[in-house]
Amino acid sequence: MTSRDAILGRIRAALTDVPSEERPQDVPVPRDYRRSHTGPGQDTVALFAERVADYRATVSRTDRAGLRDAVAVALTRRRARYLALPGGFPMELLPTGSWQWHTEPLDVPALDELDGAITLAAAGIAITGTIVLDTSPGQGRRALTLVPDYHLCIVGADQIADDVPDALARLDPTRPLTFISGPSATSDIELDRVEGVHGPRTLDVIIVEPSVSGH
Amino acid sequence: MSSRGVVWLGSPSFPDAARVALKDDQLRANLKRATGTIRDKRLTVAAELDDWEELRTAAEAIKNRTARHLDHYLVQLEESVTAAGGTVHWASDAAEANRIVTELVQATGEREVVKVKSMATQEIGLNEALAEAGITAYETDLAELIVQLGDDRPSHILVPAIHKNRTEIRDLFRAEMGHWGQPAPEDLTDEPRELAEAARRHLRQKFLTAKVAVSGANFACADTGTVLVVESEGNGRMCLTLPETLITVMGIEKVLPTWSDLEVFLQLLPRSSTGERMNPYTSTWSGTTEGDGPSEFHLVLLDNGRTDTLADPVGRQTLGCIRCSACLNVCPVFERTGGHAYGSVYPGPIGAVLTPQLVGVEQAASLPFASTLCGACYDACPVKINIPEVLAHLRAKVVEAKDGHTVEGLAMKAAGKVLDSPRLLGAAQKAAALGGRALARNGKIGRLPGPLHGWTDTRDTPAPPAESFRTWWRKNRESE
Repeated sequence: MTSRDAILGRIRAALTDVPSEERPQDVPVPRDYRRSHTGPGQDTVALFAERVADYRATVSRTDRAGLRDAVAVALTRRRARYLALPGGFPMELLPTGSWQWHTEPLDVPALDELDGAITLAAAGIAITGTIVLDTSPGQGRRALTLVPDYHLCIVGADQIADDVPDALARLDPTRPLTFISGPSATSDIELDRVEGVHGPRTLDVIIVEPSVSGH
Repeated sequence: MSSRGVVWLGSPSFPDAARVALKDDQLRANLKRATGTIRDKRLTVAAELDDWEELRTAAEAIKNRTARHLDHYLVQLEESVTAAGGTVHWASDAAEANRIVTELVQATGEREVVKVKSMATQEIGLNEALAEAGITAYETDLAELIVQLGDDRPSHILVPAIHKNRTEIRDLFRAEMGHWGQPAPEDLTDEPRELAEAARRHLRQKFLTAKVAVSGANFACADTGTVLVVESEGNGRMCLTLPETLITVMGIEKVLPTWSDLEVFLQLLPRSSTGERMNPYTSTWSGTTEGDGPSEFHLVLLDNGRTDTLADPVGRQTLGCIRCSACLNVCPVFERTGGHAYGSVYPGPIGAVLTPQLVGVEQAASLPFASTLCGACYDACPVKINIPEVLAHLRAKVVEAKDGHTVEGLAMKAAGKVLDSPRLLGAAQKAAALGGRALARNGKIGRLPGPLHGWTDTRDTPAPPAESFRTWWRKNRESE
């Protein structure tokens, strides 16, 4: 007998108290919890910005017209010059200046030489201050936002889900997903959180909102 | 390790180990500081969600649905993972799981693996098994690294090095890092930020060159074949992304019916575990993805006593555990003894119920008694495992195994009956409060006569107050 058959056999033998006609969906799962913890009429973009910043990431808000400037400001502040760019990244979002953009293919040693990576996102989650990447065009392979020490992520205001249930419903589980809530951190020393271990130690998030008058 | 692992062979029984631990002032200070920090954080972030109870109820129900149809969901998971390009292996016990992983590593021709912190691989003693085959496993989680460098044992599910403070960690890094790879800087201080930086440098090259990684899994969705690792440091992302081969060892109870069930657990786990709204990094993957991450993915489904646990309708709920460790941080016994006293990779209240069920009550007979039955663990559990109920149930089993002739046995049989009846329990609590206060002098109970002296000899037991234990505990803590 294979171990597979043995384990499945032991499971069936263990569940003699479960009626044979019971189907999984017959076991009730009460879902009385909220779909969202945002309040009525709450500004979810502001909430997202606040919650991301709580993790000591730096958040800025702009509109499409102001985006290139916002990118330039972030990169200048971080003194990041050599940057990894994912395939499919919209080049028109990049500022002109002394930056060097490195595009795929980039192997791990090459990524390790770069100052940072700049990407789009698949979704944001307001309540938890989370960004999610799904490796679609503009977001890069997972290594691209992992090996360099700095990650600049651009999120559209319309991509921000209120809460976890809504966000999961928007995402495609067949893609490799990375949920990011602030920079790398550890609580392993005396259960006190400190930022900065193996992942990018600096995280900047730019939220792009619909254009307002004046632009 | 026994044939199933889990417990450390040669460990003293809980009362003996606890007696030693209670004399260790440094240990008690470290534990008090760490568990106090996390308790407050957890309460704050759990209170942010006004439907916390509804989330707990849903989590409990999802785990119950999964357990009652575990065969169905495992077969479904196997199909989805296989369809997504992964390979599924089944391991009846620790020895078989170790053999499978060892052979998979050997097939790659590599002699080193990087590891993501995983309770399942600790349970089976994988690192030791790999070492016997000449393969070195590098733990990459900061706390696991501390434990590995110190040739130590983990003492907490989430924070395995909770028994060490920053200065002890600094000393360890200075003394040991050089033997494993990049040494610690000469002028390393005990600032947590500097210690984290030293760990980063120490492991960096290993991450960038590793060809094989071994991980555990927090969840796996049967419908999509999606596996998840929830972490903080990015060591998980490194291991899950950069190597060519990924081997994940997962207890069979970790399967969830659907992807959307995660909406419950991804809210409960980080808040219960580290007291954060969300942990820094969660990685999900379904099989393999062309051009991104490992080209080979193996999922090892581990039984190792879980089907025995499943067979007990009372004990079954223990399989709902998501390893958040909230129960450890609220437990008055854990805070005083630390995790090592439990003699198991699963310490604390959940360990006291999980360990005897995985290895058999006769192998861990003292653990169901390593509790005051105060109920704080049940309150804290995000999946509503009634740990006191399972403890009382296991105590009765221990007694049965010993024929019920001991004094403790008779007491526990009585306790079992009393706990089954709310009316009797109320009466017993009242009687205990009265009896305890009658024995007390100056608010403390000193040495008790007869068979109970073993308990009081090592403890300055406060007299039972008229109010409930939990109320007393909360008050007592605040005054400290």
